[in-house]
Amino acid sequence: MTKSALVIGGGIAGIQASLDLADRDIHVYLVEKDATIGGVMCRLDKTFPTNDCSACILSPKMADCFGHPNIDVLSFSEVKAVDGKPGDFKVKVVKKARYVDENKCTGCGDCLQKCPQKNIPDQYEYGLKNRRAIYIPHAQAVPRVAIIDPEHCKKLLEDKCGVCKKVCTRGAVDYDQKDEEIVLDIGSVICATGFEVWDASVSTEYGYGRFANVVTAMEFERMMCASGPDHGHIRMPSSGEDPKKIAFIQCCGSRSEKKGWQKYCSSVCCMYATKQAIITKEHAEVDEEIFFMDIRSYGKEFEDYIHRAEDQYGIKMHRSSRVAAIDEDPETKKLTIKFTDAEGNPQATEYDLVVLSVGLNPPSDAAEFAKTLGIELNEYGFCKTQVFDPLSTTRDGVYVTGAFAAPKDIPTSVAEASGASAKAGSYIVDENFEPCEPKEFPAERDISEEEPRVGVWVCECGINIGATVNVPTVAEYASGLPGVVHSSESMYACAQDCLEDITATIKEKNLNRVVVASCTPRTHEPLFRNACREGGLNQYLCNMANIRDQCSWIHMHEPEKATLKAKDLVRMAVAKSLLLEPLQGSKIPVTNSAAVIGGGVTGMSTALDLAAQGFKVHLVEKTDSLGGNAKNLYHAEDGKMVSDHLAEMIAKIDANPLIEVHLNTVVDDIPGYIGNFKLKIGSDEIPVGAVVLAVGASPYQPKEYNYGKDEKVATALEVEKMLSEGKFNAKNVAFIQCIGSRNDEVKYCSRVCCTTALRNAIAIKEADPSANVSVFHKDIRTYGYREELYRRASEVGVMFLRFPEDKMPEYDGSNVTAYDTILNMDVSVPVDCLVLSVGITPDRAEKEELAKMLKVPISKDGFYFEAHQKLRPVDFATEAVYVAGLAHWPKHIDECIAQASGAASRALTVISKSELISEGIIASVNDAICDGCGVCEGCCEYNAIEIVDIGDGRLRSQVNDGLCKACGCCVASCPSGAMEQKGFKNIQIEAEIDAALEE
Amino acid sequence: MSEFDPKIIAFCCNWCSYAGADGAGVARLQMPTNFRIIRTMCSARVDPEHILRSLAKGADGVIVLGCHPADCHYIGGNYRARRRMALLRFVLEEYGFDPKRLKLEWVSASEGEKFQKTMTEFIDDIKGLGPNPIKEGA
Repeated sequence: MTKSALVIGGGIAGIQASLDLADRDIHVYLVEKDATIGGVMCRLDKTFPTNDCSACILSPKMADCFGHPNIDVLSFSEVKAVDGKPGDFKVKVVKKARYVDENKCTGCGDCLQKCPQKNIPDQYEYGLKNRRAIYIPHAQAVPRVAIIDPEHCKKLLEDKCGVCKKVCTRGAVDYDQKDEEIVLDIGSVICATGFEVWDASVSTEYGYGRFANVVTAMEFERMMCASGPDHGHIRMPSSGEDPKKIAFIQCCGSRSEKKGWQKYCSSVCCMYATKQAIITKEHAEVDEEIFFMDIRSYGKEFEDYIHRAEDQYGIKMHRSSRVAAIDEDPETKKLTIKFTDAEGNPQATEYDLVVLSVGLNPPSDAAEFAKTLGIELNEYGFCKTQVFDPLSTTRDGVYVTGAFAAPKDIPTSVAEASGASAKAGSYIVDENFEPCEPKEFPAERDISEEEPRVGVWVCECGINIGATVNVPTVAEYASGLPGVVHSSESMYACAQDCLEDITATIKEKNLNRVVVASCTPRTHEPLFRNACREGGLNQYLCNMANIRDQCSWIHMHEPEKATLKAKDLVRMAVAKSLLLEPLQGSKIPVTNSAAVIGGGVTGMSTALDLAAQGFKVHLVEKTDSLGGNAKNLYHAEDGKMVSDHLAEMIAKIDANPLIEVHLNTVVDDIPGYIGNFKLKIGSDEIPVGAVVLAVGASPYQPKEYNYGKDEKVATALEVEKMLSEGKFNAKNVAFIQCIGSRNDEVKYCSRVCCTTALRNAIAIKEADPSANVSVFHKDIRTYGYREELYRRASEVGVMFLRFPEDKMPEYDGSNVTAYDTILNMDVSVPVDCLVLSVGITPDRAEKEELAKMLKVPISKDGFYFEAHQKLRPVDFATEAVYVAGLAHWPKHIDECIAQASGAASRALTVISKSELISEGIIASVNDAICDGCGVCEGCCEYNAIEIVDIGDGRLRSQVNDGLCKACGCCVASCPSGAMEQKGFKNIQIEAEIDAALEE
Repeated sequence: MSEFDPKIIAFCCNWCSYAGADGAGVARLQMPTNFRIIRTMCSARVDPEHILRSLAKGADGVIVLGCHPADCHYIGGNYRARRRMALLRFVLEEYGFDPKRLKLEWVSASEGEKFQKTMTEFIDDIKGLGPNPIKEGA
């Protein structure tokens, strides 16, 4: 019998892992210990570096997950035991008593209003707000079901009250509910239990808990958020006044050996603090300053973000500033921070509010959890993993993803979540695998005889729309438009409660068109389409008006005009909706194999993951051997040389009959589409269902510092090689960081060079303690556990010198001289080896070749530009094409391997299918008008149109549904008006034009 | 009389320019409110008749935005759009419209800033041309 997968933890990582497995028709149990899924991400206001609204991008995934026919969400449940062996685990899960029947509760909230037990600190709002004894975790909770807090409920404690049961018309309240134990048959397990934020009350120096105006970043995030305790209005807790001056203190709980602090860098705080400062600036007149030691903006387009914060938003950055203590004025409650300014002078400045950028800790119950799961933890208390196997725990069949393995940001968690699901699938999918049956929607209502009855939902999107566009007046306006029989507003249209409302209202009011005025259809249309299908409507009877991305966000300072525009956009969407017709997609066959372009560690990892699930892979490498950049690495990770691991990987590839390696091969072209690409190499034309781009990137070739001419000058990897061969004997060594990174030409940080430099600096000192080793840098970016290298380097006597952003060190052939920003003077050191820490260049030209073939975009820095920086990190907007490794962004080897698995998982969601259903918006011919002139045939790029003889020599155009890509080019070319594009018909577009121009 | 506040119809292709317009929003790039976007899958779906209709109904300007040359999601749709628009400008002139009331521009999915710049400039251009002559005749 086919087993289910178990995902533990319902944050973004657990959600993504579940969705990927479920999309491969594998049944999933998602166990979440809280009463709602969503984890930490659903408490965030915005996400860096795109400032995407967190709820807006996460809510659809939460709804997808909860509504997915192949996923059983067990919220408020905990895993108690995992027995058995991989492929055949028996997992004991306890469903904790909610005292509310999940299946009966509709989340109406009547009980919440009546519960007399008030003033209980709301843990979801970090105690900034109170709740009752019966409560719904928050507005976007999934499932949206009430829960009783047994520690505060009078009925449960003293058998008094019982009000909630009386007011519940559904009879959902059940005071006798007991914890329920169930045993699940599981093939493999994914741990995605995430992290906890550092407890700021551990430290006394910042006065958290004593000083009213010192808050943690998570509290501040809630304060910023439209759905937070004060609807996004940031106030000083002491007085309720608006703060005029805010300080952010970095590394709270991180990068320190102090008791109760963590030695590692929490990886995300520099970026989230900058995000908080930027977003706060957007909403209020306020001065903001950030105090940090190093600013760690190493991710994709992070460096840009920091520059924007400084240059565009005027946020002041205090570099090299570890704040020692905060003082409070007992009268005014203002806070004083003492620091040393850029000129080296001591300063003391007063602030209205101080935000502590708290780090990420392992979950407090990690030790107990590890014992239950039978897995080991690392020295920091997070899940133990290996660099070469970053998604596996110490127990076979049990995988890890997200921040439970190490502090990390959302896109990394998402990519790894997909990766873990690829790994987990291998214990479930075998020759006897029985896929889940496809989801059955209610039968579609025949609306052909009905007059249009339109329902309109206008979204506030927290304050994203509501702060600029007057949503109630737009909703009111919509109710008067022709055909509209229902119009309402919603805090978050994409949240489960609104989706259910759409479905219910369709049935209740017999709607046959749905218009949602919210964000962009590019991300949210599938969600609203599904809500229509649930209500028995064809999904193409749904239309959206983009009043956020293309209205409220770009007209923030013109609320009246933006409101008028929103009304216009709604009118246009309604006008088009009146003419929408039900459409059906057609079936597309799928080739069950994949092409992986690039034979480095990333490409090989992807190929092995795909082959492990039984799929044929074509691995294309342009050089004469596999291995890529890793061939130039000469160090050990977890005690194993990179070269040894590489040799093992290559041996596995060679031994795997499912992987066909094409060396010395450049791709000539890859025409095709999802499920049906043709990989053209030489004279071969190989059909594949999906394509993974793992083409990597290259080390920057330095021109600086006389490299190539002066024998004393080498790159860090050249030094690593010399060290490994015992040929390095320089006594005076200086590393210069950021060569080919963070300058006017290459603006980004190359992420890996600080770590490479420190690894080798330590090796030099360990081999010869008398050597003088200095590292000249702008910031040291040893994020995560790599901070240990920084600590170790300082311990063995490596000297660090910070030079200014705009003034690189000078080298005269014997000395390196730089301006030291700590000492505020020039410092000169003699060198007999100058090591250049060169960055990573994207090889843009090569990427562009493939980009053109596959119609995928390139980012401004020259790397591939994924579909969504936060939640679709390895996907492209073009279906069934994926990216991983350095082709996406510079990254370390463990990150490449994890992302490679992520890309494999995404590809598996396509190539594991026998067929897919196409879009319904294809071209169609009106036979009565067409005279077979053939103009359309000539303009179709996909050869989807054929002119056929229908008898008596009469010619007609005919569209091949499987080949049509829905561009609509033929429609605009048709001289007779016989050609139409379903969903984009001429009358539909004209209705939009007319509505837009209506006075 | 209040200042001329033009009405502009913007046709955006789904893959590049509509995404670029969304990108402008994500980056909170501010611009005047004068345009209304109509989404099509490709710039090649925009029929010259859609543009004529927009002008006939009183639009002061029409802008068609597509993927950059060679980047079209549908291989060469943007080239067709380019040819159609070039021809259409002659027709517009015949009808008595200043051909500058129709503009074609390329905006990729990652070019929020270019979207902002393009729209702001086009709105200024149309302000310079004054209201659609059809409205004066009405």
